[in-house]
Order: sequence, then structure tokens, then C-alpha cells
Amino acid sequence: MRERDVPQEGNRTLAGHRKAVYAIAEDGKLRLVPSRGWEVEEIVTRQAVEDLEKRAMEARARVLSGESSPLEYHMYRARMDVELLSQTTGLWRWRVRRHLKPKAFARLPPALKRRYAEALGISVEALGKAD
Amino acid sequence: MPEAFVHAHASHCESGVMSSLLRHHGLPISEAMAFGLASALSFAYLPFVRINGLPLVSYRMPPRAVIKGLERSLGLAMRFETFRSPSAGMERLDALLDSGNLVGLQTSVFWLPYFPPDLRFHFNAHNVLAYGRERDEYLISDPVGETTVRCARADLERARFAKGALAPKGLLYFLTKAPAAPDWAHLGRRALARTARIMLAPLPFVGVLGMRMLARRIERLPLADGGESARLYVGNIVRMQEEIGTGGGGFRFLYASFLQELAAKTGYAALEGLASRLVEIGDRWREFALASARMIRGRDALSPAVLAARLRALAADERLFFQNLHSAQRAWAR
Repeated sequence: MRERDVPQEGNRTLAGHRKAVYAIAEDGKLRLVPSRGWEVEEIVTRQAVEDLEKRAMEARARVLSGESSPLEYHMYRARMDVELLSQTTGLWRWRVRRHLKPKAFARLPPALKRRYAEALGISVEALGKAD
Repeated sequence: MPEAFVHAHASHCESGVMSSLLRHHGLPISEAMAFGLASALSFAYLPFVRINGLPLVSYRMPPRAVIKGLERSLGLAMRFETFRSPSAGMERLDALLDSGNLVGLQTSVFWLPYFPPDLRFHFNAHNVLAYGRERDEYLISDPVGETTVRCARADLERARFAKGALAPKGLLYFLTKAPAAPDWAHLGRRALARTARIMLAPLPFVGVLGMRMLARRIERLPLADGGESARLYVGNIVRMQEEIGTGGGGFRFLYASFLQELAAKTGYAALEGLASRLVEIGDRWREFALASARMIRGRDALSPAVLAARLRALAADERLFFQNLHSAQRAWAR
């Protein structure tokens, strides 16, 4: 890649930051060039983010129809899955999966709710609602 | 506070941190040199490690390979500390900063508030430098950022003690003695041999064979769901190659820069030609990324076979390249 070919496409995924790439300058030497982004990067990053957002929205619909607990929604909103939430809270995976059901979630003792809220970086009140 | 710490922009966090850390202690070494001397270039396709349901594809050696590799090859006097309790970890960091140390930290990108929201995934092995503190804020030099930033104590604590795969456990590290000037030619020769060996290793998941295996997997991607899962699969590969701080072309440009610099430092001209060849290969990787992105967005019809063929061609190019690198290295040793 030549220095003049370094994309400067203003990716919104970079939120105004510039990232460093290496390119060949006029003198034939490679050097670090700040880039405002390449559309290719934006496409794949947005794809990953949108996939997570879609999972959160689907979970939210399930919460509203009473099939899932708000925990499932907050888990995806924090860009986690059962595996990661289990590691972050130190709970077994099958317990986390059980708490994704509204019935088991409703019976959660306050200490466990705090543990989930802590792991997800939200308050206990927010954990009880899907909004 | 350490006297006049100078922040430097880098493409990759780990090589950037090590470059800044060593430069601050009197050993000028570029990011590319740090990356290359640690033999950090690689390729790995690990189908049994899944992140959000997608396999791990990596264009470099695992996290901490740069730090550990440089510690070994440059014979650095470094200290690494992890902590069971977050408060102990923060107190130790405060003490080190107050006595004027420049401290490397392993953090989780997700909990760093200054990071662009779209790039905040649960990646636990992001390296930054702390060079001071003011009241409840830490002065942070994040190599992938253009300038230094500030990070509140609570946020930094969260990021340092995130859990999950590659959990940092509050890892901090610093130099205890100024590094000695190295013998660049000697270290370079060893580093080249290591990288060539890894890229040509007779192991199915790494190096050139890993690329071929990934090509086979791409070919067999199911299209029954209209290609949605196949698009996510391909998108993940491109994200690892271009978006995750690689300097473009999956670290190939960065490594080419290392070869160029090593040639200039040691006078071994054969490396110049290899650097130019690797830049061309990096351009092919960028074309692979572009072709993939166009298919993801539906501008071109999704065709796993076309992408697999591109990847196979890249595997062939890299096989030849690393064979040439290996012979250049052998010729140099004599």
C-alpha cells in the first residue's frame, strides 16, 4: 500500500479517532500513516455490532412476551454470551442459563442479582427491566 | 512522574507499549522492530476456540508474545505482577507511579470508556501504559490512540480486573533496569528463523497450512440460511485482519517495515527485496478483505469458492515468501 492510497474514509466506527497503518512513502520506505478508516473495516465492524444488537432486540421481544428474563436482554446488551457471563460471575453455565427464564429469575436472591448487576456494569434496578 | 514521557502512535497495542517503554528507558526501538524481533507475525485458525460462536482467526502470535519475546531476546530486567484483589492491584499501581515508574497494564477493551463504542468488545488482552496520575484520574498512553488519554480510577480498575478468557488479573509490568544496546544482526537472524519456522510448520492450524484449512472451511460454509451465517463467518476473518490493530493487511505491512529497518540497521540488503515482496502480499490480503466486504454488503454475490481460492493463492504466496525468507536467513548466518 502506498501512502497516498491509505484510505481516509471517515469511518463512524472510529468515532473521530485515527488508527495507524503502515504504507510506502515517496522514498520507498514504509512508515506509519494515520488513517480515518476504510469502508471495509466499517462494514465488518458494524456487522459484528449489529449482530449483537439484533440478539439483544430479539431477547427484549422475548422478555416482553414473558419467555425470557431481563437478564438475557442485559447479557446481550453488554456484548456477552452465556459462556462469558458465567465466567464473569463465577456461576455455572447451567445456572446462568436457568436464570434466563423468567420464573427462576423472579426467585433470585438479592445477592445473586447484585452479582449479575455488578458483572454487567448496571444497577440492580436496571437489571429487573428490559429497557 | 517520569520525566518527559513521550507518547507514540502505533498500530498494535503490544508492540506499541514495548516500543514506548524501551524508548523511555533509553533504547530507541520502533514498533515494527519490537514486533519483528519478538517473532510476533503468524497465522492461526483455531476452530475449537469460539468467540460469540465464531472461530478464532489470528494473524499474529498469542497475546503477551511480544512482551515475553522481547524480555527473552533483549535480556530485559522486567517485573510482572498480578493480584488477587483489585484494591491491592490499584494500590500497587499508585505506589509505582508515585515513585516515577512507567507501568504497562493489561486491560479489557470493553471497560475502557475512552475507546470508540463500536470497537468495545470483550477482548481482555489490550495493553496500555500508565505514566502518571492526578487525583482520581490516571494518565494513560494507549498506543493505538493518537494522543494520551485520562481514565477514571473505577473504570481502570474494572478494565484491569475483567474476567473471562485471557483475564488480566490486574497484570502490571515495568522495567527494573535500563536495557543494554543489543546486537541487532544476531537477534534479527534468530527472529527471522523463528517466524519462518512457525509459518511453515507442519501443523494443521498454524501458518500456511492454517490458511489452507481455513480456505477449506470457507468452501464448505452452509448457504441454506440465505448466507447470513456465512457472511458473519467471513466478516469475522476480515475483522481480525484489518480492524483489530494490525497496521493493515494482517500485520504484513508492519512486518515488512521490520524487514526494511533490519536491512538498514545491519546492511544485509537481501531483506530489502523481501520487504517489497511482503508489501505486495499485504496488498493481496487487502484485496481479499475488500472482496469479502463487498459480498457481506451484497454488492457482489456471496461466493465462498471465490474467497477460498483467494485464500489458497495467498497461502501459496506466503509459502514461497517464507521459504525465501528462510534461505535468506541461512545465507546470512554463514
